[in-house]
Amino acid sequence: MKRLVDNFTKYRFLLVELVKKDIKLKYRSSVLGFLWTMLEPLLTMIVLTIVFENMFERKIPNFPVYVLCGRLLYSYFSNGTKLALKSIRRNSSMIRKVYVPKYMYPLASALSGYITFLISLIVLVVVGIVQDVKPTWYLLQAVFPLATILVMTVGLGFILATLDVFFRDMEYLWGVLLMLIMYMSAIFYDPTNLLATPKGIIIRLNPLYGIITNFRNAIFGEPMNVKYFAYTASLSVIMLVVGVIMFYRKQDKFVLYV
Amino acid sequence: MDKNTVLKVDNVSVRFNLTDEKVDSAKEYLIKFLKRELRYKEFWALRNVSFDIKRGQRVGILGLNGAGKSTLLKVIAGVLKATEGKVVTKGRIVPLLELGAGFDKQYTGAENIYLYGAMLGYPKSFLKEKFDEIVEFSELGNFINVPLKNYSSGMKARLGFSIATIVEPDILILDEVLSVGDAKFRKKSEKKIKDMFDKGITVLFVSHSLAQVRSLCDRAVILEKGQVIAQGDSKTVCDLYQEKLNK
Ligand SMILES: Nc1ncnc2c1ncn2[C@@H]1O[C@H](COP(=O)(O)OP(=O)(O)O)[C@@H](O)[C@H]1O
Ligand SMILES: [Mg+2]
Repeated sequence: MKRLVDNFTKYRFLLVELVKKDIKLKYRSSVLGFLWTMLEPLLTMIVLTIVFENMFERKIPNFPVYVLCGRLLYSYFSNGTKLALKSIRRNSSMIRKVYVPKYMYPLASALSGYITFLISLIVLVVVGIVQDVKPTWYLLQAVFPLATILVMTVGLGFILATLDVFFRDMEYLWGVLLMLIMYMSAIFYDPTNLLATPKGIIIRLNPLYGIITNFRNAIFGEPMNVKYFAYTASLSVIMLVVGVIMFYRKQDKFVLYV
Repeated sequence: MDKNTVLKVDNVSVRFNLTDEKVDSAKEYLIKFLKRELRYKEFWALRNVSFDIKRGQRVGILGLNGAGKSTLLKVIAGVLKATEGKVVTKGRIVPLLELGAGFDKQYTGAENIYLYGAMLGYPKSFLKEKFDEIVEFSELGNFINVPLKNYSSGMKARLGFSIATIVEPDILILDEVLSVGDAKFRKKSEKKIKDMFDKGITVLFVSHSLAQVRSLCDRAVILEKGQVIAQGDSKTVCDLYQEKLNK
């Protein structure tokens, strides 16, 4: 344990550097650069609002804010896990040549995604003000879903990064699963009717749905759904533990496969 | 471990699994697994390698291509994990294995100083302090603010060398790197390494040049097909190696 802490202290500057690198390089080649972090969810929100308010009869109040909450959280989850999944193979040339604690790579991916995500929340604030969503004390409860999704992304990141070293197909498989998760997360529809049917279980089991719901509750000034929180939080801790153990067990083999 | 021993290689073996064909996808893997066709060809790149290095010793490693020299140095540097046996080290190791392996080609030279420095475990404050010295030694001048993709391989090697050697290591590991950059830089880097040698640091050194090993090292080890076949004082071992080559 002490060795682990010492090792982390020695390399924590590397973690900062890797996170910085991910963020810097992502925007370096684009003209609008960092503005995209905010522009992209904003544009998606506008498109979804136009499509859904015209094609379907409008039922969800504050639809732009509703959509944005789901979409921002899902994007982080999807981008963070995808980046972490590829992190070991993406850095294979370094892994083969320099000693670095390997968990730095997936961890940095999950963290750099999180930082851009937190910055993109500015869009939510602006749209919330424009849409006249009044902040309440419940807003503070947003930290629970925000922490849960981070733990889950890091945990899954470790699991996926490990699997990806041994099975190249992981990337595509995960892409398909992510799509399923997206449709089961009620990002742009109201799941109330569906939840009342037996099929609703699929949505309830999807941890991302619980996280998004609690985030929306915090934004719209409603109390947290404690059941959802308990479920998603324990699931994400389990994923983290499983991920760390898997990664730790297999990491010495990475260099032979990447 | 003896107080003066700074590096102990204890019965180290390294096995690589060479699959006949590359199994890349889960489907292939599954099919082969079910058909029990997953046969690995085992290949031992190192077999029961043992030796100690005492503080201040300079040890040359000799051996033909494929003898396992680089593999051994990678195990010592911590990049590869030994399949069996272990390596114990004391103090700061600076491995000059593949210079600039941690570089990102979209990053500028300056940004890479911090990135690569961080990979070698140097703190930021230290790198800030040494920044000018690194740039100066690398002789990159204004190129330091240009993305690395526009560098020649010599320039990259120069930058890598300048960053890696900015600290004084307790143990320096060199893998055929005394030949980076152009003739002028080569002289300069050789001088820097010689200076370190003169300060009495411990050195582990792989070179193809017997002459270099003779002049720089006081001990030598011969590796053949992953096994140590001779070790001892540099002159005796070099003579032995020369004899083997002539045969
Ligand atoms: N990652 C690897 N996978 C499989 N075989 C390897 C790997 N790395 C090295 N080898 C094999 O191990 C042997 C020793 O290689 P190396 O240590 O690079 O030799 P040297 O540096 O003495 O020329 C070689 O036969 C090489 O093909
Ligand atoms: Mg070699």
